[in-house]
Amino acid sequence: MATMVQIDRELAIPALADTPIIQVEDVHKYYDLGETKVHALRGVSLDIRPGEFVAIMGSSGSGKSTFMNLLGCLDKPTSGRYVLEGTDVSQLDKAALAEIRNRKLGFVFQGFNLLARTTALENVELPALYARLGKEQRARRATNALNIVGLADRVGHFPSQLSGGQQQRVAIARALVNQPAILLADEPTGNLDSRTSVEIMQIFQDLNQRGLTVVLVTHEPDIANYAKRIVVFRDGRIRRDAEVEHRSHAMDVLKTMPLLEDEEAL
Amino acid sequence: MNFTSILKIAIRALTRNKMRSALTMLGIIIGVGAVIATVGVGQGARQKVQDQIASMGTNMLYISAGSVNRGGLRIGIGATKTLVNDDVKAIVQQVPTVAAAAPGATASQQIVGNNQNWNTRVTGTEPQYFELRDWPIASGSSFTSDDVDRAADVAVLGETVRRNLFAGTDPVGQTIRIGNLPFKVVGVLSPKGSSGMGQDQDDGVFIPISTLQKKITGQDWLQFVMASAVSQPATYAAQDQIAALLRDRHHIHAGQDDDFSIRNLADIAQLADDSSKVMTLLLASIAGVSLIVGGIGIMNIMLVSVTERTREIGIRMAIGATESDVQRQFLTESVVLSVAGGTVGILFGIVASLTVTKVLGWPVLLSLTAVVAAVMFSMAIGVFFGFYPARKAAQLDPIEALRFE
Repeated sequence: MATMVQIDRELAIPALADTPIIQVEDVHKYYDLGETKVHALRGVSLDIRPGEFVAIMGSSGSGKSTFMNLLGCLDKPTSGRYVLEGTDVSQLDKAALAEIRNRKLGFVFQGFNLLARTTALENVELPALYARLGKEQRARRATNALNIVGLADRVGHFPSQLSGGQQQRVAIARALVNQPAILLADEPTGNLDSRTSVEIMQIFQDLNQRGLTVVLVTHEPDIANYAKRIVVFRDGRIRRDAEVEHRSHAMDVLKTMPLLEDEEAL
Repeated sequence: MNFTSILKIAIRALTRNKMRSALTMLGIIIGVGAVIATVGVGQGARQKVQDQIASMGTNMLYISAGSVNRGGLRIGIGATKTLVNDDVKAIVQQVPTVAAAAPGATASQQIVGNNQNWNTRVTGTEPQYFELRDWPIASGSSFTSDDVDRAADVAVLGETVRRNLFAGTDPVGQTIRIGNLPFKVVGVLSPKGSSGMGQDQDDGVFIPISTLQKKITGQDWLQFVMASAVSQPATYAAQDQIAALLRDRHHIHAGQDDDFSIRNLADIAQLADDSSKVMTLLLASIAGVSLIVGGIGIMNIMLVSVTERTREIGIRMAIGATESDVQRQFLTESVVLSVAGGTVGILFGIVASLTVTKVLGWPVLLSLTAVVAAVMFSMAIGVFFGFYPARKAAQLDPIEALRFE
């Protein structure tokens, strides 16, 4: 595991006042599947304050993915309000939502979702490209973001030349490049072995430590335990919402784990 | 996203599938190449026709003894006996817009000379005929007005006749027989080639009109009169004035048909020009159809590409690409395909038209307009046929697209 590099000033998120960064109020979501109507979210309300690290749990069909899509501005609620950094985004048009995804949100997916045959640096630059940043600023930010995830020496590599953990770290760098307010991670460790999973969680804990708000969807309790707060969904409603009592610290866990030779060989 | 980045992404996406991109471009290459080649060859042909018409003389009016209707019996062109030498004099003297005129009467005769014989057209005329037709003498000289007055037995040979009778030697000063009469060869005309109608203009012998009329045909009427107007625009005025004069001289009453016909060579040139223009347009539009087929090929491949890259589109949308970003990206790809195809097609078209015109011996004419139009048209095809696939890509739902395997 490469050592963490000091976060650049641009990337440090100033700890805001205690006003919620995410305010979800009585959100419902129906899916119209022709004959049947699926009621995926049945009145969800949730506040997330700056600097929080929230794990969202639930079995499949619990509505957690739908909720994540709403948080990520990939979908709109059927009813209810979603206020992101003081802006009601629940009824914005597609172009405005695209801009919010670009500027305020960073996505990390289970399947990494890097562009094939595109170098790590170019993958990371992509959101900055859509933010219409200049060439030099793009390159500087992307290099910096890759430094943060410890992949400064892999900028010219293609995804196919990187291990799963490295690919996920490139994806995290990509999520960070536009200095988002929130990092949304959807099962980020689902495709990774246990040691790499902990390494990824260490990055999240580190970023959170520096002030970044992190929302993580997972169905693994030990992964959720790296967060500060766990929200459990069941049948389209929040069943449980509690602080983590005995939080895992990735740095400590890593010390107890054996090094995986094949991982490092890549 | 700025244009250079979009272009870079588009080119990278296209080079990822080199074979496929090349085959897709082939449709446009063939289409544009065909348009450029047909327009180039067509314009070469047009130039050739114009050159041939110009070789018949400038500002020319061709007055032929015309058909006449006598008691329901129509007699063909050249068959009337009303056009005579005095008409030519009157035209020159009384029509101010006419610069010069020369009479013409022809007879088909067997010619013997240098132990060879040849059947050709013998034309009786006056020396200014050669100037009117802009037809220089290659060796020797023309017969003179004096020869015309004296009905002298002198002849000027066309190049084809010279070649058939006197291959290799200079006939000037030699004697030939036309029918049974001996003629002295005074000059040989320079080669003029075939007329716009395909007739060999060099296959003929020219003698004084008086000699032809008195000693060969025994007829005093003319088959045609060549006249030149003082300028190109004056040809139309001259045409009307000559018609009025001849009607008066031939005592044709109002309402009766002319017993002559006047053709303006400018009209013939225009006609030939129009028909070659139509031909070029027809060929180019057939070639244009292949451009459209090429465009459909682009659309087809772009649709395949959008489906293949659904996940990529989803990723781009998730990290902030707007609909118009995605649409622009795919539109750029199809335009790059079509414009690259267009550029290669222009090169092919130029090579093809150079080859064709060279083989046929036509003047080479590469039209800049056609090249510019081809580039614009191929770009338009890229936009037109790329629009639907790009729209389809832009309207994908990011959640669905991200789930696509």
